Amino acid sequence: MRFIDEYRDPERARALLEEIRRVASREWTIMEICGGQTHSIMRNGIDQLLPSNIRLVHGPGCPVCVTPLETIERVLAIASRPGVIITSFGDMLRVPGSTKDLFMARSEGADVRIVFSPLEALQIARDHPDREVVFLAVGFETTAPANAMAIRQAAREGIGNFSELVSQVTVPPAMRAILSSPGNRVQGFLAAGHVCAIMGWEEYEPVSAEFGVPVVPAGFEPVDLLAGILTVVEMLEAGASGVKNAYGRIVTREGNPEAMRVMNEVFEVADRPWRGIGVIAKSGLVLRDAFHRFDAEKRFDVGHIAPQESPLCRSGEVLQGHLKPSDCPAFGRECTPLTPLGATMVSSEGACSAYFKYHRNATL
Amino acid sequence: MQLSCPAPILRHETVQMAHGAGGRLSQELTARVFMPHLRNRFLDQLDDQAKFDVAPGRMAFSTDTYVVSPLFFPGGNIGELAVNGTVNDLAVGGAVPQYLSVGFVLEEGLPLAELDTIVKSMAESARKAGVMIVAGDTKVVQKGQCDKIFINTSGVGYVREGVDISCRNLCPGDAVIVSGTIGDHGMAVMTTREGLSFQSRIASDTAALNGLIHAVLDVVPGVHAMRDPTRGGVAATLNELASSSSVGIELDETSIPVQDAVRGAAELLGIDPLTVANEGKLLLILPDGVAATALSIMHAHEFGHDAAIIGRVVEEHPGMVVMRTPFGSRRIVEMPLGEQLPRIC
Repeated sequence: MRFIDEYRDPERARALLEEIRRVASREWTIMEICGGQTHSIMRNGIDQLLPSNIRLVHGPGCPVCVTPLETIERVLAIASRPGVIITSFGDMLRVPGSTKDLFMARSEGADVRIVFSPLEALQIARDHPDREVVFLAVGFETTAPANAMAIRQAAREGIGNFSELVSQVTVPPAMRAILSSPGNRVQGFLAAGHVCAIMGWEEYEPVSAEFGVPVVPAGFEPVDLLAGILTVVEMLEAGASGVKNAYGRIVTREGNPEAMRVMNEVFEVADRPWRGIGVIAKSGLVLRDAFHRFDAEKRFDVGHIAPQESPLCRSGEVLQGHLKPSDCPAFGRECTPLTPLGATMVSSEGACSAYFKYHRNATL
Repeated sequence: MQLSCPAPILRHETVQMAHGAGGRLSQELTARVFMPHLRNRFLDQLDDQAKFDVAPGRMAFSTDTYVVSPLFFPGGNIGELAVNGTVNDLAVGGAVPQYLSVGFVLEEGLPLAELDTIVKSMAESARKAGVMIVAGDTKVVQKGQCDKIFINTSGVGYVREGVDISCRNLCPGDAVIVSGTIGDHGMAVMTTREGLSFQSRIASDTAALNGLIHAVLDVVPGVHAMRDPTRGGVAATLNELASSSSVGIELDETSIPVQDAVRGAAELLGIDPLTVANEGKLLLILPDGVAATALSIMHAHEFGHDAAIIGRVVEEHPGMVVMRTPFGSRRIVEMPLGEQLPRIC
């Protein structure tokens, strides 16, 4: 398959691994920010192949994982209203609230539908003018442009029965939070290639300069990841900071201006709680006042929601790179994909789930 | 002017509640749709049961219910699945499938033309598989109480002498063979359902495998286990086999045949082809010494062109399936959790 096979080529991977081994003279800790990258690293066993002095820690870039429990409870409450159709990307459906998930809500009679795009949700709203269609707008800068586009389109067409429950977050504030935390071990970052495809990499330059860490936009295939890791290691060995792109076939410094324009038109920056981590200043996107009628949170008053997290779950430490999933006492015991205590075990991109899925056994 | 009572409409275009009520409309449905396609010496009796002779020895008996949406997809329809599925469930136990029953649950309003196409496909599939549909039943439910049509098929057949096929028979050293490309059926249905289109069309692999299976068993009777990896795909089936036999299975990622279009669709949706359903594929576990013979027989069969050895049974990690990646690393191939969920990004 073109554009995939060449980035899964074992020979190229071997050559890059050799080069990493040659260049790395001491221990380095690198965080891959994105859950998609974590998934690929575990799936391809890249962590097993790296020399032992290169340690990867897994970042908070899993939209399902960092969506606050409060948002899950809210969508469950909205779903139980008569006449409502909840639309969502697939992997949000299994995220448990305090007592149930959206699958269970569906079995109790709620109308919950998996969509592949918010524009599909908008079409459902057009097709069912007598129903309230709510899209669960979660994600990072990757999903924000399309989610914004759906709102803009709804506004243009005057579609009155469409709204989004927004839980959008952005990467750079999370990086600052991680680097500022007292227990931080992260010395360099792989930035998420698809986020950078939208946003470019200019916005990482101030973070990199402030904390003196290298930031390298990288892709998701094994060769992409290894090329990214090699670039970070080379920069670390040279004592360099700054941003160096290792995903040139997709990412440019400027990003995608049209996508950013529609994001800025519809959303504005706000403080935002991250599940397991807490509120990070200016790390979220909320609908601008001009679009408040499309805000499901304002549209459906479901009263006060104060959910309780499991006291055993340490996903916050996992999300910040302080704790390896397999070092959590609940991992594989109280907490498994069938009985998840936190969202990092639920999402296919969650670090705990990736560990359980691919390397449950310590011998692997 | 002559007045007359309005005669009831008999030639409906869609399924009516009365089609399932046992009266004239039921008769009409049988005469107009079922019998023209399915007619045989058993059904012609119009009795409440089929009576047939049985061979001495062991019989195999299996049942399955089909609820696929959409009903029609590239490469097949629900009727073909319903016949092939039960034929395959019998054949993978080393049985020669003989007789099938079919039960329909029809939703009021289903176009009779669609039902006709489905029944016609069932008749053709049964003919190809060399089985007879000898008993049937139809119920109609109100609109909204089922999704157009649900079909149950049950089947019986006799078990070949000299074969001992069971999910508990896997031995360390055995080879694991798959009869062709994986994930075709599930991806055909998923992409049709979601309206995704690709340069090359993905078609379901639905097929009756009894021909292929018995061609192999004729020459290699010592097959240890056979399964058709339907729901949950190869991942689920191999996990079940590993755990039933308390052995490990090690797969080689590069040797697993997957069509490019299926790989592409799976990448796009964030789904692993190993967990996607097949409806015309066979997993064979057999002693390594006879693997090459089995493989060459399969390669010569229309449903086994792309057959390949994809892994081995091992003593280590009992109950667990492990994948060796092209990079030399290893990962667990997990039992799929349930519904496949496309990822956010």
